[in-house]
Amino acid sequence: MVGLFLLPLASVFIRSVNADFFAYAFSEQAVSALKLSLVTSTITALFAILFGTPLAYILANWKFKFKAWLELLIDLPIVLPPSVAGLALLIAFGRRGLFGSYLSLLGISLPFTTTAVVMAQAFVAAPLYIRSARVGFTSIDQQLEEAANVEGANRWQMFREVALPLSGKALLSGAILTWTRALGEFGATILFAGNLEGVTQTMPMAIYLGFERNVGVALALSVALMIVSALLLLATKKLEQTE
Amino acid sequence: MKRIVTWIFLLAILLAGCSPASPAPQSASVTPAPRTLTVFAAASLTDAFTELGKKFEAQTPNVSVTFNFAGSQALRTQIEEGAPVDVFASANHKEMQALIAGAFVAQDSPQVFLNNKLVVILPADNPAKIDALTGLATPGVKIILAAEEVPVGKYSREAFEKMNAQFGSDFSQKLLANVVSNEDNVKQVVAKIQLDEADAGLVYTSDAVAAPELQTLEIPAELNVIAKYPIAPLVESKNADLAKAFIAYVLSNDGQAILEKWGFASP
Repeated sequence: MVGLFLLPLASVFIRSVNADFFAYAFSEQAVSALKLSLVTSTITALFAILFGTPLAYILANWKFKFKAWLELLIDLPIVLPPSVAGLALLIAFGRRGLFGSYLSLLGISLPFTTTAVVMAQAFVAAPLYIRSARVGFTSIDQQLEEAANVEGANRWQMFREVALPLSGKALLSGAILTWTRALGEFGATILFAGNLEGVTQTMPMAIYLGFERNVGVALALSVALMIVSALLLLATKKLEQTE
Repeated sequence: MKRIVTWIFLLAILLAGCSPASPAPQSASVTPAPRTLTVFAAASLTDAFTELGKKFEAQTPNVSVTFNFAGSQALRTQIEEGAPVDVFASANHKEMQALIAGAFVAQDSPQVFLNNKLVVILPADNPAKIDALTGLATPGVKIILAAEEVPVGKYSREAFEKMNAQFGSDFSQKLLANVVSNEDNVKQVVAKIQLDEADAGLVYTSDAVAAPELQTLEIPAELNVIAKYPIAPLVESKNADLAKAFIAYVLSNDGQAILEKWGFASP
């Protein structure tokens, strides 16, 4: 099992070592793709935290009709192939899409924009954060919340003083998962946002096109993306330990 | 209730796992050991070769043809990385030459089996009201091309250079500024125009034939770029006789008639 993970990744490193590595890795296209990837995936992660945290808290604590269905809806993007996600986004928000046609009346066109990149990433990656946060909130000892309630804490105080600190680790690891998943998003992005250097061409896209042009470019970009992702994961580990 | 949700969830996971993979050679478990011919072909050949393959299967007993359609460069890389292939049909000479250099294809074996040229496709209702090539350079028009790395994308840019001579030296620059996406293969360009997500796209004539609901805008011969498609058997093929027979069929009158039906021209 370990070999299955290790061998391909190690091979990329070994095959990428050649005289042109730095020329490929620091080419203008590579740098602009990496920049776009970092910016969009960070926005996606922040978006997930901002709107996903309250949503997860509600799912963990409130009881209401159709809750199971709502949970299913939020979990579904995790298991759907990204190509389905991209097609769905295009059908919904495209120029002639179900909602996109109304947006275009307002002069807003989403496909092929950086916004579309973030939407594709959020569709695919935000559920990971919500899931993790929901589990974190659910695992808080009921008695602690009851105690806070007895002390006279209102809903907001309970959320801020009890739930947030106690589920910090779950929130953090969820956010990093969403961030790294967004960094690697390809299928939904290429369908919904297309591919234009500096606007919608993220790292995975540059790697895929590099594969069509010159495997050396694809390998160098893959190594760069692997290093960035590994650093992000390492940073989480460190943060988790210091808490 | 909970139970139903769980079942639906499991079903969703199963479905997600069943996304179509590229056709793999089928195992030879059915009676008198049928043989499989594996053909890697440029994405633009998808419809024509699928029909050609069925006809070839019908006239050759006990043979099934499996195709892998993708960008010629991706196919070339897959072959170089050891994919088991019998026949390679490329949309340009460059990838074929690379395979010759790598000894995957014999020096003198590739044959040009068709010509293809470029055409502009427009959504059925032509939202940007484009009625001439100069309309492509009007600011605000949304254009989708194949990426420069893909043959059709390279040919498109060559054609724009030719148009500069006729429409002014900044024509191609203005046109390229209207590009909203560089797709990774020609079928993606067609799909996005079919979905009406952009105002115009550049594809092969054959792709326009496969999408009859779209409007087209012809590119005159002097501004057009002719793509020549070579086909060759792979040196490592374990079905050399079948590969030879398939290529002969592609070059035969029957084969060429099918290709012409899909918008290609005989070489």
